[in-house]
Amino acid sequence: MADLYGMINVPTILWIDEEGRIARPNDVAFGSNQFKEMTGIDSEAHLERLRAWVRGEGPAMTPEEVRAAQSLPTAAEQEARAEFTLAWWLSQRGHGEDAEPHYVRAGELAPHDFTIRRGTMLIRGLDPMGEDFMKIVNEWTESGNAFYRPLEPVSAS
Amino acid sequence: MSANLTLLHDGRSDVIAVADPAHPVISPEHLESTLGWKLQPEGLCRGLVCVPVDQDALVAGDGLDLRVLAGALQRPLVTDEKHAVAALGASHHDRGEALASLEAPDFTLPDLDGNLHSLSDQRGKKVLLVAYASW
Repeated sequence: MADLYGMINVPTILWIDEEGRIARPNDVAFGSNQFKEMTGIDSEAHLERLRAWVRGEGPAMTPEEVRAAQSLPTAAEQEARAEFTLAWWLSQRGHGEDAEPHYVRAGELAPHDFTIRRGTMLIRGLDPMGEDFMKIVNEWTESGNAFYRPLEPVSAS
Repeated sequence: MSANLTLLHDGRSDVIAVADPAHPVISPEHLESTLGWKLQPEGLCRGLVCVPVDQDALVAGDGLDLRVLAGALQRPLVTDEKHAVAALGASHHDRGEALASLEAPDFTLPDLDGNLHSLSDQRGKKVLLVAYASW
């Protein structure tokens, strides 16, 4: 699904209308404020917008707005996904050592793709919830990059 | 002398006979049966779509150079020679075009009881698609 929809982190949400068309592209939204302190993202703004759309009381995005907000997959991201596919296949067959260079290469090709970088940590013997994860997040954010990239900037409140 | 190459592509895997897994060359028959493309005078064709290709570079002996093929289709090809496995990824162009069409790509996934559900089953309803992970 990450490949089909160009997802690079979780949570990722999309709205899809009754005709099967994307009415809101990949966005970052949480179902509650459990992680608000950590992420800075208030779940309520999205939930209010979502409720209004479902009830027919508020708009989705126009097709033009959806396209303008989409981040379409790049060649490097697709190559990273191919490296991930290969590495996963090797890992599943007990060739973890031989898989490792492919995981590393995937991370080099798409350092912002945490579905790969975080999603493969457990099978690589790394901790996706602890120090190993925080190390890659800190490296990423200290280089001036955002870990979560919601469509609407997070307010400073 | 030939070896078997496992080719991972489009969510499936096929084992094909190749002379050298490091420089995979596949037969025109495998091209059609595994990837659905056929080499025609006008290029690589699938249905009504044809992609121009340098046939001198593509044709290698009795077969087709998989790397040249992948390049012509703008699909990434990565290999592991030791285990004779290759992954042919999806083209960023194809993925981007599909998403920009705004038609939500269909998929089928199992629920916790193993029952399969497709996005297209939900047609006629508004859908909130949420991708999450427990890591």
